[in-house]
Amino acid sequence: MRCLILICLSFLLLGFAGCGPGSSDQEKKAGQAEARYLTIKGSDTMVHLISAWAEEFMKMHPQVELSVTGGGSGTGIAGLINGTTEICASSRMINTKEKELADARHFNPQEFKVALDGIAVIVHPDNKVGALSLAQLQDIFTGKTMNWQKVGGADQSILVFSRESSSGTYVFFQEHVMNRQDYTPRARLLPGTSALVQAVSSDKGAIGYVGLGYVREAAEKVKAIKIKSPQSAEAIAPSEQSVIDGSYPIARPLFLYTNGEPQGTAKDFIDFALSAPGQKIVSEAGYVSMKR
Amino acid sequence: MRMDKFMRLLLISTASISILIVALIFLFLGKEAFPFALEPGLGKLFDSRWVPVSFQEERYGIYPLVAGSSLVTLLAMLISIPLSIIGAIYISEVAQSIEREILKPFIEILASIPSVVLGFFGLVVLAPLVKNIFGLSSGLNALTAALLLALMALPTIITISEDALASVPQSFKQASLALGASELQTIFKVTVPAALPGIIAAIMLGIGRVIGETMAVLMVSGNSAIISFYPLDSIRTMTATIAAEMGEVPFGSHHYQALFWIGIVLLFATFVLNILSRLVLKKYGMAQ
Repeated sequence: MRCLILICLSFLLLGFAGCGPGSSDQEKKAGQAEARYLTIKGSDTMVHLISAWAEEFMKMHPQVELSVTGGGSGTGIAGLINGTTEICASSRMINTKEKELADARHFNPQEFKVALDGIAVIVHPDNKVGALSLAQLQDIFTGKTMNWQKVGGADQSILVFSRESSSGTYVFFQEHVMNRQDYTPRARLLPGTSALVQAVSSDKGAIGYVGLGYVREAAEKVKAIKIKSPQSAEAIAPSEQSVIDGSYPIARPLFLYTNGEPQGTAKDFIDFALSAPGQKIVSEAGYVSMKR
Repeated sequence: MRMDKFMRLLLISTASISILIVALIFLFLGKEAFPFALEPGLGKLFDSRWVPVSFQEERYGIYPLVAGSSLVTLLAMLISIPLSIIGAIYISEVAQSIEREILKPFIEILASIPSVVLGFFGLVVLAPLVKNIFGLSSGLNALTAALLLALMALPTIITISEDALASVPQSFKQASLALGASELQTIFKVTVPAALPGIIAAIMLGIGRVIGETMAVLMVSGNSAIISFYPLDSIRTMTATIAAEMGEVPFGSHHYQALFWIGIVLLFATFVLNILSRLVLKKYGMAQ
């Protein structure tokens, strides 16, 4: 009986220990297969895509173990420079400050453009407005323009939908479309893309934004509007083609960075990402692949 | 004899685990939130705007979030209290036993529906309904959230009030009936007052459920951080803010700490609620 109690108690203790960050197992594995263990760190936007790649890659190379973590592009680049990650995922180019830091440590970041990401602005299918300029979008999302009439639509108040502030798209949109201004406090923040599409499709005055990949899926429920950038007078519809040739203004390339020429597993992984099956995963994950 | 001691030790340790966990949670919340008080200072929390991600100036005012949580809780209670108490009275006092057999399991099923599923139902069914009835441009607002929350509070309040009503001694009712009171008079003048402490406890538990509910409000309240007490405006609750933002916030940043302060405010609110309900129970002499 005493034995039983002791067993009970030790289970309890074990239960508590399990709650802690028990990473000793992972460390052991890493030690055993040093050459076969690869870490990829960086952009939260890309975590989904890289996990999909990693899954496929590990199926092809069962002896390799990949660890994919987010934390943001800045965190990833810092990790690359500090040597805590072999590959860094970034949704922006490395900036001059980071470049200087890398030079000071004799690091030589190599850049690989692996995918493109475009953001489509969506409205209700019945909305008459077909094109907006970046300046008009800025006014709408900051709350300066509150009625569709002002931008050539029906007399109806504009209902702004946005993703939650934790989303990478939220920040990207804020930086590239809204000229770094704050969103209107009346903007309704929705926790996911599908909720956003649902909301926009049910409200006639609604406007929102989603990744390009999702527009294809929801083509019947919402309308993607054309965007006029200050450089060109012509309004450009969001499509894979216009993102690839650079005419669509709300798009960005997604990068992988390595330190120096990639070797071994890192090289295999990047080759895989750029290969035809890798680029197919890009399209499936909702981004624009580099090749048609 | 030694056996007894061991058993006692085992039982006391399992019983006090909850105390330990509560203490640890307080400690942890305090530890994560505290640095915010030094830099940038607690004054930042007393602000009317919640803009945690900004290229201009980050603002961590919790007023809109507190207002949002209060508004939905109040509305949800206004809807659910009358419904559930009348329902409980019917089930406990008026219903035939066969009706009871049908009603009770269904109420329990309502309690066991996951809140995400209810949230989805709210998003697809309830929101368009509210939108059409009130002629709004969007159905994502405080009223829709409150309706969903009322739906969640219903089973809690009904089940516990019903227990309280059922535990009123038969002799009370028999005495009342023997004195010539009608059945309705007996219910409202004798049974309900006798069960009142239990009903109040049920309401308090219902409020607790509503304040703490996250997923459903996150999906249907629209999440605009504005201070408004108009039921058809979109609002943002404290729980939804934590749930939506905690996942991706940089560890240890001001935003992260501000979210922990919201957690503390939330904990404090439920703490006060608990103490209040205990005081009420004590006043009616039913404190356990």
